[in-house]
Amino acid sequence: MMKVKMIKNAVDRMVPTIVNGIKQTPFQGIGKYKPQGNKAVLPIRSCSDYPADGNKVVKSLEVALKKCGLIDGMTLSSHHHFRNGDLVMNKVFDIAAKQGVKGLRWFPSAAFPCHKPVIDHMKNGVVDWVEGSLNGPIGDYTSHGNMNGTAVLRSHGGRWQAVQDGEVHIDIAVIAAPTADAFGNATGDRGPSACGLLGFGLVDSIYAEKVIVVTDNLVPFPCVPWQIQGQNVDYVVVLDKVGEPEKIVSGTTKLTKSPDRLYIAELTAKFVQAAGIIKDGFSFQAGAGGTALAFAIFLKEMMKNAGVKARFIRGGSTKYLVEMLEEGLTDFILDGQTFDLEGVRSMRENSGHVNTSPFTSYNWHGKGNFASMLDVVVLGATEVDVNFNANVVTHSDGKMLHGIGGWQNCLFSKCTILPIPAFRNRIPVIVDEVTTLVGPGELIDVIVTERGIVINPLRKDLLKATKNSGLPIRKIEDIKAEIDELIGGPPEKPKVTDDVIGIVKWVDGTVIDSIYKIKD
Amino acid sequence: MTHLFISGAKGEKPRSDLRVKYTPSKKPLSISVKSTIDTLFGKAIKQQTEDICKDLQVRTGTIEIEDFGALPFVIAARLEAAIKQAHPELQVASLPPMMDFCMYASSRARFRRSRLYLPGNQSKLMLNAGIHKPDCIILDLEDSVSPSEKEDTRYIVRNALRSLDFFGAERMVRINQGELGIKDLEFVVPHNVHLILIPKVESGEEIKLIDERIAEISKGCGRKEPVFLMPIIESGRGVLKALEIAEASKNNVALAIGLEDYTADLGVPRTEEGKESFFARSMIVNAARAAGIQAIDTVYSDVSNEVGLRESVREAKSIGFDGKGCIHPRQIKPIHEEFAPSMEQIEKAKKVTLAFDEAEKKGLGVVSLGSKMIDPPVVKRALHTIELAIASNLLNPDWKN
Repeated sequence: MMKVKMIKNAVDRMVPTIVNGIKQTPFQGIGKYKPQGNKAVLPIRSCSDYPADGNKVVKSLEVALKKCGLIDGMTLSSHHHFRNGDLVMNKVFDIAAKQGVKGLRWFPSAAFPCHKPVIDHMKNGVVDWVEGSLNGPIGDYTSHGNMNGTAVLRSHGGRWQAVQDGEVHIDIAVIAAPTADAFGNATGDRGPSACGLLGFGLVDSIYAEKVIVVTDNLVPFPCVPWQIQGQNVDYVVVLDKVGEPEKIVSGTTKLTKSPDRLYIAELTAKFVQAAGIIKDGFSFQAGAGGTALAFAIFLKEMMKNAGVKARFIRGGSTKYLVEMLEEGLTDFILDGQTFDLEGVRSMRENSGHVNTSPFTSYNWHGKGNFASMLDVVVLGATEVDVNFNANVVTHSDGKMLHGIGGWQNCLFSKCTILPIPAFRNRIPVIVDEVTTLVGPGELIDVIVTERGIVINPLRKDLLKATKNSGLPIRKIEDIKAEIDELIGGPPEKPKVTDDVIGIVKWVDGTVIDSIYKIKD
Repeated sequence: MTHLFISGAKGEKPRSDLRVKYTPSKKPLSISVKSTIDTLFGKAIKQQTEDICKDLQVRTGTIEIEDFGALPFVIAARLEAAIKQAHPELQVASLPPMMDFCMYASSRARFRRSRLYLPGNQSKLMLNAGIHKPDCIILDLEDSVSPSEKEDTRYIVRNALRSLDFFGAERMVRINQGELGIKDLEFVVPHNVHLILIPKVESGEEIKLIDERIAEISKGCGRKEPVFLMPIIESGRGVLKALEIAEASKNNVALAIGLEDYTADLGVPRTEEGKESFFARSMIVNAARAAGIQAIDTVYSDVSNEVGLRESVREAKSIGFDGKGCIHPRQIKPIHEEFAPSMEQIEKAKKVTLAFDEAEKKGLGVVSLGSKMIDPPVVKRALHTIELAIASNLLNPDWKN
């Protein structure tokens, strides 16, 4: 951690100008930053350098890593479709440690509590820093300023952007694949460790210098469907087990039992109905998180009662969305990640359950995105401020505990709703100023709490549409005052130092906010 | 020998609660605070503890607080409870301010279709209870609170009555049986409780005793509004004395039945069909009607069975009950929906009501609809149906215009 020059960005947050030795651009406003030049390119390859019989299997992960030329300071990447059930990356770093390699950068699409052993590899110098969504122990470790490099938090779309515009160059991509052939074609929708899809690993497979596919279910060529194309793959490794798919069902993908959360979910669905959004051919996205899942269930009832069918739902898919597809309430699920095993099964069996990637949905450098076509999306947040700015990465005590996921990318939908409790325990969710600004208020249209619904004054259309709905539509300041009174005044500010331990990237690659070290 | 006085949540990781340990001694007061939200509220908790000790004139001893995100009214309650365990002679109290939104009144004839039971020592369940819009909220001091926690719970319930917005629900407390219950009254009557539920009543005498004690406390604290009563009948004897109980006080507004204890008293299992309790429930309804008050049915305890709940409400309604108990907020909506009149009933009631208005206007003693004369009970039922329709959001209050 070094002291660097800080600069104020377009949302008045102080951000560093250099991070991990790379020059940064401060956030300039939504849709303002459009870098020029060419996309990242790779060296020219010749197929004659690869086995003509298509057999790229090597005998172990050790051999594959050695053949990829693993050396100090490289960047290794991985996807998180196994969520908390990944069995590959801890092995990779153990091998790197045995081979005496130091100073690696790990560039996962997300790290989970199962990756806690990586903390030891950061302590012993094998891993220099982790650049990706940091959930759980690694986030906590980083919050206390223990990581060597600075955490760089990106959205799923931001990861594509960073690779495509050359900000991050991946040396070796390790792609855990539930089924693959010896040529490197791979899929996530079948095999004993099936996890659904491999969309988060797609960019790695296309842009990494070297690509290793690791599977526990090697099938004779061809592996169909091929979500990852063998033409991008250097080596194939067979392990006993690559992941524990039962652990992809994490705590955030269980339906809530809390009456208050159910109430919020129901109120959200009622709002969507009152706003006239539920009509034939509409689309929505409801991600993980108990409230979002309950919202989908209430919405489903309304759709059934109104005889309305959606054209598409964007996943994270769960069994609840699969039921809607199989009951004919939507033509398609466009899925970015499967959150449970029913989602995995459906992706394999239903032609309307389509695998997508951040490239189709979230990428700043794409020629458009699915996310902005959505009629409505519901998302979570740890905090929202009176200007509708929202936080998903830190808690009110300043600790970094969550990744961004697709959250920032989804804000571009036609109607973005945050169904959130007005307070958790004694901690208020509506605050004067968010601890970390991850999403600018101008993209957040509606906040639904158990104490009422707040509509962003910028959305005059929504205000008008729901004016006589009988729904409890209130001012954000009023709800805040009500909660502050209940909890005995707003809490103290987090105790942090000046040391920046992480930055939050906006979807275009600029820096929207900084995360500071917690005072111990 | 030093004594330790503890008030607090049980379990490893309670939420929105705290544990207070108070060790009286001659040494100057020392306060330590540990909290899961220390960064955000550690100082505030310490400050509040000092203020409350000042209120209660505690200047010595050791206070250790282990907090799990409790709200200030709970912290105040647990502190006072622990201190008063050590000093039962203390006459002063540390009352949180009475909030304006706690000051609304109730009325005799209001709807009591749903009454939501909340254990009096589980403050986290109370915070948002009102948003689910039950007709009534019961802060329970009786069966949901274990004997060792009875006293501490009184402070939590008292402070909740002064601090929480129940958004228009009738503010009820279920007191304990006997002496304990009489003592409970001191903790709730001065704090705008609307109605007291009296458990396991077997005679009119018990009601009179409670009524008198309420009158005394009301006088002492300057309370003008009545405290309504809802006796709960839970035994064979109680059932047979139902009318005596229902008529025992002018403050009685409803008579309720509790079937868990009743079936235990009969020595029979409680069945879904309820053949064993039909007589008792019918007695309650008839006694209530005779006394001109509401009849309220027992709780439906299978929270996950909405179909069963709806069936049970329909059955209760069909034999004359006006309300049902609930133990989970998700039960409220089905109960209200099942108690709502049908569209056909509403249309008929509208016609009768308009005819009644017409007759009143013309000063006629007899209400007639077309060529048919309408009996007074039919008019009464129609007016009730209209009120229920409005409460169920099926009819605009302004429907006549």
